[in-house]
Amino acid sequence: MTRIAAIAVHTFKESVREKVLYNLVAFALLMIGAGIVLGSVSVGINEIALINLGLSAISVFGLLIAIFIGISLVWKEIERRTVYNVLSKPVARHEFILGKYLGLVLTLAVNAAIMTAGFYAALFYEQRRFGPADAAPLEAVYFILLQLALLVGVALLFSTLSTPVLSAVFTVGIFVIGNLLGDLRGFGDQAGNAALRALLHGLAWALPDFGAFNAISQAAHGELISRQVLWSNSLYALFYISALVSAAILVFERREFS
Amino acid sequence: MWAVETTELTKEYRLGFWRNRRKRALEGLTLAVEEGEVFGLLGPNGAGKSTTLKLLFRLIFPTSGSGRILGRPLSDVRARARVGYLPETPSFYDHLTAQELMHYAGWLCGLDPGVRRARAQDLLEQVGLAEAAGLAIRKFSKGMVQRLGIAQALVNDPEVIFLDEPMSGLDPLGRRQVRDLILALRKRGKTVFFSTHILSDAETLCDRVAILHRGRLQGLGSLREILAGGVASNELVLEAPSPQTLEALARFTSATVRTGDQVRLELAANADASTVLGAALGAGASIVSFNPVKMSLEDYFMARLGTPSERPLAPRLGSNRTGAVEPGPAAHSARVESQRP
Repeated sequence: MTRIAAIAVHTFKESVREKVLYNLVAFALLMIGAGIVLGSVSVGINEIALINLGLSAISVFGLLIAIFIGISLVWKEIERRTVYNVLSKPVARHEFILGKYLGLVLTLAVNAAIMTAGFYAALFYEQRRFGPADAAPLEAVYFILLQLALLVGVALLFSTLSTPVLSAVFTVGIFVIGNLLGDLRGFGDQAGNAALRALLHGLAWALPDFGAFNAISQAAHGELISRQVLWSNSLYALFYISALVSAAILVFERREFS
Repeated sequence: MWAVETTELTKEYRLGFWRNRRKRALEGLTLAVEEGEVFGLLGPNGAGKSTTLKLLFRLIFPTSGSGRILGRPLSDVRARARVGYLPETPSFYDHLTAQELMHYAGWLCGLDPGVRRARAQDLLEQVGLAEAAGLAIRKFSKGMVQRLGIAQALVNDPEVIFLDEPMSGLDPLGRRQVRDLILALRKRGKTVFFSTHILSDAETLCDRVAILHRGRLQGLGSLREILAGGVASNELVLEAPSPQTLEALARFTSATVRTGDQVRLELAANADASTVLGAALGAGASIVSFNPVKMSLEDYFMARLGTPSERPLAPRLGSNRTGAVEPGPAAHSARVESQRP
């Protein structure tokens, strides 16, 4: 456990020293600030506009960070041969992968916390008070975090297998398809061919359902997410992340560093 | 218990797009390293030295064979808590300082924060990096990175230290420091297993050596035995010999070095000592000395790799740096012999 913590903290430290991270967070906070201006010119829907823009900024910039850092998470260690120094210590390969994964999720959580604090500051500036419905954006942020943790799992798996460019292509591809699983099932239903239908339904079942974590517009309208959805989505993410990280470990256990 | 042992350790790489070409990097390596000895793995580039070390740390997997470190199989990561490793041309995280890297390495070894701090300070001092402790590694020179690599390999006070080409990239002072460090480790009863292609380092430091060439073990033995027991040839020093004397001895000579009035004759390996001495006395020569020339590690190394020794004669005489070296007829025949299949 101590070794996983060491690798996670080191990965966090490495990520927060990336200059691009600061640029992205600064830009996200700027976008949230812009939400105030946009809200002030939108008659009657200023808070909805602010919440929509603010949460979207947290989501988009979180996704950019997850993909940008996630795709080179393991690849960089192999390419620069820094992995030699880690694996020559009493560190099992699964500990290395778990540490890398948790380190990046920690980075994303801290970034999301900073952006959320900025968002709530903007919301308070707009409303001058907080009501019970203002917990809804917090639930949406929690779902964004689950989505990011899932995406890091996908990026991590590809990072153990491939180069950053290919990993980025695959990760973005899976994210896009994972947001359109309903459409994939719809295409399957309309397909005349039974085999194609089975294939599309199989894909829709197997690929991660990123769309299930989109709760931004719900939050913008002050609708709280039901406990049942919160739990089922949390368990779904946990299950899927476990599967992705296990697959990454399996690949990494067999990898040679020559 | 052996500190390190390998049994028929073999590594074969599959190359090409279809992975149908095979290249054997290491073939059936069997060796055992005693606790407390300095063991050198020697060989030219591509001999299989780094492959052996990577196999020992499971950075690559053996095609066949097995190994143990401190009695534990290579797959058991617990053994690595008691060993240290310096990879060949090490590379570290640019964003960390030397102090932070040492701290991280210590954490991975399960050391407490207080111990980590103390070990980091002590080791950085030992490798001459105390003043650069707070400097980002990206600003380090190659030699500094090498020293840092050695420091991080020692962070857990290991019982066995594996060093892959530890002198690589170091200036003479750095080489001296690393040499002293290895000797200090031996004095403390540590086992040092290091690979090198620099024979003088091995000659100075190693108790035993293994010689690898094209992935095969060519020789294994105690350095003391190799250097003390092996006689490469004999040398005969004469005082002001006449041209007739030299002509009489030419058929036994592989090289002649003239220094002032003295002439040193390096005798061919197959020249019988009593015959040569008899011939010299018969020709009226004044003999100054007759000595066996001990085999150096370089001679041994070259002999094992099937390459004739090209050991220069001049450095052995000390004062004869300007002395001309003239190969004798026996030397020519030896060279011709060595070229035959």
